[in-house]
Amino acid sequence: MGKPIMFQWAINHAIAEEMRRDPTVFIIGEDVGKPGGPFGVTRGIIDEFGPERAVDTPISEGAIIGLCVGAAAAGLRPVAEIMFMNFITLCVEELYNQASKMRWMFGAQVKVPMVVRAMTAGGYGAGPHHSSSLESWFASMPGLKVVMPSTPVNAKGLMKAAIRDDNPVLYVEPLSSYRIKAEIPEGDYITPIGKCEIVREGTDITIVSVGRMLQEALKAVDVLEKDGIKPELIDLLTINPLDMETIYASVKKTNRLVIIHEAKQTMGIGAEIAASVQEKMFDWLDAPVERVAAPFTHIAFQPKLEQHYLPDATKLVAKVKQMLG
Amino acid sequence: MKISKETKIDLFTRMVKIRTFEDETHKIFMAGKEMPGFLHLSQGEEAMAVGTCANLTFDDAIYTTHRGHGCIIAKGADLKPMMAELFGRIDGCCKGRAGSMHFADVKTGCMGSNGIVGEGMRLAIGTAFAQKYQKTKNVTAVFFGDGATGTGAFHESFNMAATLKLPVIFVCSINFYAQMTHKSVHIPIEHVADRAAGYGAPGVTIDGNDVELVYEEVSKAVKHCRAGKGPYMIEGITYRHHGHFIGDPCNYRPAGELEEWLKKDPIVLYEQKLLKEGVLDEKRIQQIKEECKNLVDEAVAFARQSPQPDIEELYKDILA
Ligand SMILES: Cc1ncc(C[n+]2csc(CCOP(=O)(O)OP(=O)(O)O)c2C)c(N)n1
Ligand SMILES: [Mg+2]
Repeated sequence: MGKPIMFQWAINHAIAEEMRRDPTVFIIGEDVGKPGGPFGVTRGIIDEFGPERAVDTPISEGAIIGLCVGAAAAGLRPVAEIMFMNFITLCVEELYNQASKMRWMFGAQVKVPMVVRAMTAGGYGAGPHHSSSLESWFASMPGLKVVMPSTPVNAKGLMKAAIRDDNPVLYVEPLSSYRIKAEIPEGDYITPIGKCEIVREGTDITIVSVGRMLQEALKAVDVLEKDGIKPELIDLLTINPLDMETIYASVKKTNRLVIIHEAKQTMGIGAEIAASVQEKMFDWLDAPVERVAAPFTHIAFQPKLEQHYLPDATKLVAKVKQMLG
Repeated sequence: MKISKETKIDLFTRMVKIRTFEDETHKIFMAGKEMPGFLHLSQGEEAMAVGTCANLTFDDAIYTTHRGHGCIIAKGADLKPMMAELFGRIDGCCKGRAGSMHFADVKTGCMGSNGIVGEGMRLAIGTAFAQKYQKTKNVTAVFFGDGATGTGAFHESFNMAATLKLPVIFVCSINFYAQMTHKSVHIPIEHVADRAAGYGAPGVTIDGNDVELVYEEVSKAVKHCRAGKGPYMIEGITYRHHGHFIGDPCNYRPAGELEEWLKKDPIVLYEQKLLKEGVLDEKRIQQIKEECKNLVDEAVAFARQSPQPDIEELYKDILA
């Protein structure tokens, strides 16, 4: 293992290493070049690769992603930054009608290898236009992949995998994880897209965490273990496509399942996982599948309301205890 | 255009009110935990807000941006519910749900700030459509920055407003930066108001720190809009004294740039002008500043005593 680095530098290093390896890779977005990214994630990239490969744009999300789709179809590998995930509303058109469908629609004449980085920012009081987790919209889009890194190690590995992937990949990075530090493997490695990771083995209940909720789930597991409960913790890592096989295998062992994600419970990833598990694993379940997720309302900037809205370790512990009776 | 003494004092007072509110907000935010979230302050850009809104009544509408406190104060909103909103309290103008970036005060015609750059323009054409549809003579002014001129929202909205002859005044405050990126990086032409011609509408570029000039230009725009002639664009050159948000270290600014602009502070310039013209004397200026400070202090006291919203508030008002 190398020396500990922060999540945001893990992303940065992954991009820079891929840019060194492959001259078709470039970054594009608002403030990604000279300023080094709105939160510093792309710092230094313009110095090494120049403004041709670190492109500062006007505030034009639709045109940024449209450009990426067209450039990818023509043989480049763009890595775009959308900044706060809410701004992705302005380019859902390009992501859905164009990027996700193009290869299929054109009878496999083109590939659309591009990465779109979007940042979630729950917990900062950033308010209704800056704090949303919208990943489940994109999880329902065939032709697009969606990854949600949770640690510096997989932040780097998933970014490399995303850049090398021949399909459009939405890469969801949580602002609150930027400063998490961890040792990461030396040299080149990838974290495979479409595989979840068993973070803790256990026998009593399976907890599936999505994205930054891993941090909350880890805290919850510590509390539960002190009470003699042994949860198995799975970090989902990719939400499109879902690695259901790993989850099924775990549920066979534990017979209980709870999913924690920051996005709304209604129509969320948890709903899809729960439905699949009850279809395939009904006889293996000792309790209904449960979810810990955001309620069906909007996220407020007000701290007390925001805290109530966001799922966390305490809510997960309570849910698990309730499920185990 | 002859501007009355009364109007001059009004213009000055509104600018001082904004500056005092923003400075106090800055202080409270920096002091710690009372104000949550992200704050984008508008010190330095007061003349654009005031010169525009002084031409409007509460029946006219404005839309503003993430940097919108100044516009809303200029329009005449009460400082108390504004400050309570910044504190996230139930007596805030949006019941503490929205905060700085998403302020609205509909009764004074402040139809919304916006966390999404450019979106105010799309909404503004709708309000202007309603004003025209309902055969009022009211107008809608929409504030936006240099950065927002890159959005599809700007081009689509301007074109639609011109096509449908909607009473919209596009007020662009060029403060030279979109977050950390200089205007020269994201705008390929010198004056964005030149684009108005492409949509068949008038567009002018003016000194956005000269409040009387802004007032006069906007009065022409209002007349144009009220006469049913469609949209009008005003581009004012100004500067934001502070960072993009509170906490921004501003290391993208060349040394000395801020100092040059501080010499062109719209309030200082206007104060000197009014003194020279004899419209105000030192004593009256001091009085105005104190009155504004008192208003802001009262707003802060009001905010502090207002309770936090109950959790149930999160679930109210989702549907009408
Ligand atoms: C659609 C969208 N893209 C990006 C952002 C992030 N962002 C917030 S403010 C800003 C710069 C806006 O610049 P400008 O329009 O000049 O307004 P100013 O901040 O200078 O007042 C950006 C890019 C956003 N809020 N919305
Ligand atoms: Mg600007």
